[in-house]
Amino acid sequence: MSKTQNAPGGVRSKTVVDYLNDENVRAILYQIIAIGLVILAGWYLVSNTLVNLERQNISTGYGFLDLEASFEISESMVQYSAQSSYATALLVGLLNTVKVSLLGIILCTIIGTIFGIARLSSNWIVRKLATVYVEIFRNIPVLLQLFFWYAVIPNAFPHPRDAFEPLPGVLLTSRGMYMPVPVADNAYTLMGIAAIIAFVAIFLIKKWAKKRQDETGQPFPVFLVGTGIFIGLVFIAYLIGGAPTDMDIPELKGFNIRGGTNVSPEFLAVLIGLTVYTSTYVAEVVRSGIQAVPHGQWEAADSLGIKRSVALRKVILPQSMRVAIPPLTNQYLNLTKNSSLAVAVGYPDLVSVSNTTMNQTGQAIEAISIFMSIYLGLSLLTSLFMNWFNKKMALVER
Amino acid sequence: MADNAKLPPLPTGTFSARAVTWSKKNLFDGWFNTLLTLGSIAFLVWLIPPLVNWGILNATLTPSIEGCAEVTGACWGFVNANLRLILFGTYPYDEQWRPLLAMIVLMGIICFSLGGVKYPSFRKAIIPMWVIGVPIIAILMWGGALGLTYVQNSYWGGLPLTLILSAIGIIFAFPLGLLLALGRQSTMPAIKTISVVYIEVIRGVPLITVLFMASVMFPLFLPDGVTIDKLLRAQIGIILFTAAYLAEVFRGGLQAVPRGQFEAGDSLGLSYWQSMRLIILPQALRLVIPPTVNSFISMLKDTTLVVIIGLFDFLGTVKLALRSDPAWTKYYVEGYAFASAIFFLICFSMAKYSAYLEKELRKGEQR
Repeated sequence: MSKTQNAPGGVRSKTVVDYLNDENVRAILYQIIAIGLVILAGWYLVSNTLVNLERQNISTGYGFLDLEASFEISESMVQYSAQSSYATALLVGLLNTVKVSLLGIILCTIIGTIFGIARLSSNWIVRKLATVYVEIFRNIPVLLQLFFWYAVIPNAFPHPRDAFEPLPGVLLTSRGMYMPVPVADNAYTLMGIAAIIAFVAIFLIKKWAKKRQDETGQPFPVFLVGTGIFIGLVFIAYLIGGAPTDMDIPELKGFNIRGGTNVSPEFLAVLIGLTVYTSTYVAEVVRSGIQAVPHGQWEAADSLGIKRSVALRKVILPQSMRVAIPPLTNQYLNLTKNSSLAVAVGYPDLVSVSNTTMNQTGQAIEAISIFMSIYLGLSLLTSLFMNWFNKKMALVER
Repeated sequence: MADNAKLPPLPTGTFSARAVTWSKKNLFDGWFNTLLTLGSIAFLVWLIPPLVNWGILNATLTPSIEGCAEVTGACWGFVNANLRLILFGTYPYDEQWRPLLAMIVLMGIICFSLGGVKYPSFRKAIIPMWVIGVPIIAILMWGGALGLTYVQNSYWGGLPLTLILSAIGIIFAFPLGLLLALGRQSTMPAIKTISVVYIEVIRGVPLITVLFMASVMFPLFLPDGVTIDKLLRAQIGIILFTAAYLAEVFRGGLQAVPRGQFEAGDSLGLSYWQSMRLIILPQALRLVIPPTVNSFISMLKDTTLVVIIGLFDFLGTVKLALRSDPAWTKYYVEGYAFASAIFFLICFSMAKYSAYLEKELRKGEQR
């Protein structure tokens, strides 16, 4: 028995064992061990990697980004040729990823909302059809669906020689869809500027209308007036620009179609596959969002004498949005991440271009670190935006 | 009782009378619903008869290219002729009973685990089942023991591979995810940071990048002379990926346990691990069973991505069969339809069961 334990009256001094039993000391100890283990594992992996890289004569660093890529990319939103640098190639990939993801998000929201509401329809047959759609397409792997569409699209449509023309100028062929585009003209720049001005004007009018309604209770038809302003301004800009009518119309020349713009089968396959798959999840989110609003809210709106259409817009939907936003964010992020499956059907997205870069240069670590950090950045941006939006929509309690 | 006058009359009378009442209420309630109903019927008339003609009436099961050329409908003969290739990949032909048996054992354990969670007396047997079952599956697949010839895992493929990748993925991700979830809830800043960074980084990137990392970067991480093959690397990638998602599922469960339960553990003088093991986790894990089943479903669908790094899972073997003879290539719709049907059967039934479990496990809270 040690002396300290028998010290009469006074506070006994602490032994090492006491310290080890102290919760705070233990917490610090555990954390030091955890950090130590992480550092140790990291150091082990890094040192192994360095040894391996040296043995394989691979130089590290991002210098390769300035080198000539010397591979073609089938579709690009910016100027790109085989002589461009790897950095440009990666930018092309990133833009393609953003393009297909944004379009997919818009389309899956529209389709998903329609099917989500249809699943709650009072119409038996509509309800059942929507359920079948949702259950089938969410239980089949998205990659399988991509492969399916990628196999169907080139086979379902004819060879360019006898292209199918559903609308004048729009050609459906086994090499994708061709559409006419207006020939570049200053008028279109002018129209863009007019559209921006119209948006600013609508924003100001909306603010003013809200203020007036708060003060006097008089509503103002913002939507109608805003649409009018937008169409009017853009049309005036078109007339001022000289009303160009020249179109670049796709035509069969030789064995291929020239002119117009081409939507490739790869892009269509990725877009359709991602949209259909994600729309089933969006439908479920929308359904549970609407179901989460208590029935009393409808009745409250009724008893205030609010019209049913207005009640849906101003009472029910804002509240169901509150429930739906976080899971919707997740679905948008999932769609963006799933767009990386484009690599499997040859759509030149970020991962696909990085993969080619990786194979050509051998800079695996650098290429993977680039696309991982870009995806992390995209995810972070989306969640930051949705968090902001969520806060804006969130219930403000006393 | 003025209100009752407004209620629709109760369905009485003959069957046809009831049918009329029902369809008036559910199909032709107003002009908009009538329009929708007619539109839907038109859609079904457009879709169903051609589909039945193609898939059943004009289809053939004859397992030959010539047989398929004779019919106008679906060529199920493609699936029939290549069934063993699609199901088991390039596994040695004479030994294919082994992956079949392994698959049956695995499915049995999965079904037992799913069914067992409902009954407390079965629940105890789940972990021992896996501890015994996994080595049995390993011996069946690899061989090299008990008189079975050794089969390299580069020959594995098909449905057994898909099931093994996802089942082993979730089993090993379970403890890792649990630790990460506890770490995220921890009051120790360093441990919390490590867990949060891991979870958010993994959840922020697509699975395919993790698989690329596993297939390209893992070999660089290992010391000279040590190699692990592609399948194992993909499996490790899947485990690391799933753990982050499971961690969030578990966090949901932990957060749903009332604060008073933690305090009860403290006031009984239990240590952190004791109160976790005896009080918190039994409640939290019961809550997360349905979402864990859902994670397993997404895992099963996501394992198809290993096709991209060159493994032949179930989707990979379907593509392999389509390429096996140029004459088969045009029957891709039949091939993908077969794969879709199998995936749908597995995923749909598990999803339904998970929804049922959710209701069942909540019964105790309903009054």
